[in-house]
Amino acid sequence: MLTVQPLQPATFPVPGQFYMLQAGASYDPLLKRPFSYLSAENGSITFLYRIRGKGTRAIAALREKETISLIGPLGNAYPVPSGEFIAVAGGIGIASLFSLFGAATGRATLFWGGRTAGELLMTETVRGLVRTAVITTDDGSAGRKSLVTEPFREYLAVNAHLPVYVCGSTPMMKAVAALCSDAGARCFVSLEAYMACGVGACLGCVVKIRDSENHEGRFRSVCKDGPVFDASTVVWEGQ
Amino acid sequence: MPSLSVNIGGMILKNPVMTASGTFGYGEEYAEFIDLNRLGAVVVKGLSLKPKEGNPVPRIVETASGMLNAIGLQNIGVDRFILEKMPFLRRFDTKVICNFFGDSVDEYVHAADVLSRTDGVHALEMNVSCPNKQAGWCVFGTDPAVLHNVVTAVRKVCRIPLIVKLSPNVTSIAHMAKVAEGSGADAVSLINTITGMAIDIRSRRPLLANKIGGLSGPAIKPVAVRMVWEVFNAVKIPIVGMGGIMTAADALEFLIAGARGIAVGTANFVNPAATVEIVEALEQFLVDEQVNDVNELVGSLRL
Repeated sequence: MLTVQPLQPATFPVPGQFYMLQAGASYDPLLKRPFSYLSAENGSITFLYRIRGKGTRAIAALREKETISLIGPLGNAYPVPSGEFIAVAGGIGIASLFSLFGAATGRATLFWGGRTAGELLMTETVRGLVRTAVITTDDGSAGRKSLVTEPFREYLAVNAHLPVYVCGSTPMMKAVAALCSDAGARCFVSLEAYMACGVGACLGCVVKIRDSENHEGRFRSVCKDGPVFDASTVVWEGQ
Repeated sequence: MPSLSVNIGGMILKNPVMTASGTFGYGEEYAEFIDLNRLGAVVVKGLSLKPKEGNPVPRIVETASGMLNAIGLQNIGVDRFILEKMPFLRRFDTKVICNFFGDSVDEYVHAADVLSRTDGVHALEMNVSCPNKQAGWCVFGTDPAVLHNVVTAVRKVCRIPLIVKLSPNVTSIAHMAKVAEGSGADAVSLINTITGMAIDIRSRRPLLANKIGGLSGPAIKPVAVRMVWEVFNAVKIPIVGMGGIMTAADALEFLIAGARGIAVGTANFVNPAATVEIVEALEQFLVDEQVNDVNELVGSLRL
């Protein structure tokens, strides 16, 4: 977890948006990394992240009061649901959905899966923000031993009128999107991609998105046109 | 105050700092971060006659102090650019340089003709690091005869300053610069990215969907500085230097090696305000070193 306080007046983020973060002034790692914000209150912004490589290791090595360089808030936002909704999170994907739970407290039925219990962070805080939380792990170390799509599928069968919000691994999001499509449920996915700039300039993070004129899809930037897309418009091939 | 103004092939820039094509979108992507009026020039993302979809993902991968990209020249095409992006760019007091490319000589000529007649476009930058469909997909910028043909043809229709952006993936970039100069280029810019590759050792697959890509960032700066110096010794036309410029100190190396203008590329991704910070620090350097005119530094390498 990382909490930052902007040195200059900053724009307030809305659920679904993200920031590009970089600790230190080194050229290796060179590029900033994208992170969903967890919460933003009292002028500070909090991030939840998992140490994956050089970039996150440098962030983890920061000590209190050190400075970090960031760009944001970036990207579009989740359309905030007016009533109850379903959320599906894979591991650290909870970070993106967390701010939505804050904006629509007590309205989400959450399905949250990880490989092991250790991948599911802040479970008690999350439980406090949602209506119901169903937890699954691959090894059974927490919650039900299954893929997260199993209990979600059962719930969706009788609740397809609710909108579904998803953030997790690409195979999981693809599976959830397919289930929603079959059930006729609206589904919004927050995509993750390799990104250099975060502002739509480098065109490194594109994904194929269908529109009314083009069923094959055309490349859109995850950073600028997303990260949140209507799942029915996402072309999942080549991911 | 020292003078920062430079002349690039007949075009007067308020300062030598430009953006490198492909790293700054069409200008508007960075307008909310910096005042575009502070820049010597905005060089837009490479344009082709028809819109181009580009390569599949992954398109980028970070390497030690650099990044590989294989975007595949995705762009909205000349017509949409003129219609949708030029009205915005015309509002700024900076030079607009259109980078463009084609996969045949005809396409280059047609795109150059349309762009050079467009109000508010001050110069063209020709990307010759793309494959030539008519000549078995060999790269325009790596064969001197092919380079001569395409630059000569574009020169005939281009009514504004023409900058030829040279590929570093050649045996002698100085020779290619001479060919460009002899074919009518008003200036050369260098270097384009250096071809590279990165591999995932577990899956044994290339990290880019395109397998190979172009390396940019601080990793390539010494190569770029060396090439600018070699080209400076070979041609009389002005040089726009680029390749890993992150700071004003980096930019100064290029100026001293012989560049009259410099372009900031990958640094924009790391710090959206990099260009403006470089303009400011460059000016401060001139004040500190009591240099009255930035042109005094150009090619001032002491041997």
